Amino acid sequence: MSEQVTYDGVAVGAELPAVSYPVTRLSLVKYCGASGDFNVIHWNERIARAVGLPDVIAHGMFTMAQAGRFVTDWAGPLGMVTEFGVRFSAMVVVPDDDIGATIEVSGQIEDKLDGNRVAIALTARSGEAKVLTRARAVVALP
Amino acid sequence: MAINRDYIGRTFAASEPYEVSRVKIAEFATAIGDPNPVYRDKAAAREAGHRDVIAPPTFAIVITMAASGAAMADPGLGLNYAMVVHGEQRFDYARPLTAGDVVTAQPTITEIRDAGRNVMLTTSTEIRTTAGELVCTAVSTLVERGG
Repeated sequence: MSEQVTYDGVAVGAELPAVSYPVTRLSLVKYCGASGDFNVIHWNERIARAVGLPDVIAHGMFTMAQAGRFVTDWAGPLGMVTEFGVRFSAMVVVPDDDIGATIEVSGQIEDKLDGNRVAIALTARSGEAKVLTRARAVVALP
Repeated sequence: MAINRDYIGRTFAASEPYEVSRVKIAEFATAIGDPNPVYRDKAAAREAGHRDVIAPPTFAIVITMAASGAAMADPGLGLNYAMVVHGEQRFDYARPLTAGDVVTAQPTITEIRDAGRNVMLTTSTEIRTTAGELVCTAVSTLVERGG
């Protein structure tokens, strides 16, 4: 575990280095079960294509969870997420090839707020596509 | 069938009480690939200042989706779920959901509006303990794709 980040140790504009998170068909099957979201477009290629999608796509909330993990890993055990919002701007297409797709998340300190809170602007990409926009988290730090 | 605008402002019944369990939190954390010990190990969670293991931030969707799913399936609303994709999601947290919490979720439809050929439907769902403590507010925007 990295050293605990503190409010005083954070500067506006600082970049949070990108982290890549893999997503495979198995990830989606697990996420269906854990979340209770069994929408067929997340596991059934035949139906996904029939409704006009290029292939099976990841749950938006799976992508948001990766961005959340990026934030909580950065914030450390004593950081607490107080706000977290995203817009889903593109699909994460997950081919059935044992490699799947990659979600790359990066961030930048956007603002320092009262109450020891820090606002982080987040970016998430999969391949060429920006899969989240207006993605922002506010974290209370020690 | 068009979405019924009369549903703007409608608050649905609160869900049955949901008990947040360590096992479900661990399952969810594993499913999102997050090995963080505060989601599995009570001692690690207590060291971080929590009563018991806490849930990852997006775990709240498990609770709100069960409640808003029932609302979205209301035949009077007229939403075509096969054409629905998730447009936006936002959470405001008073504190993390923690193992042992017993909570209910109560959704309100706050907005239904056209966006080109699509319709955007926004719900705001409060997650409260059965004692009435507000833990999280989740705001979800669903997009019904136009034909």
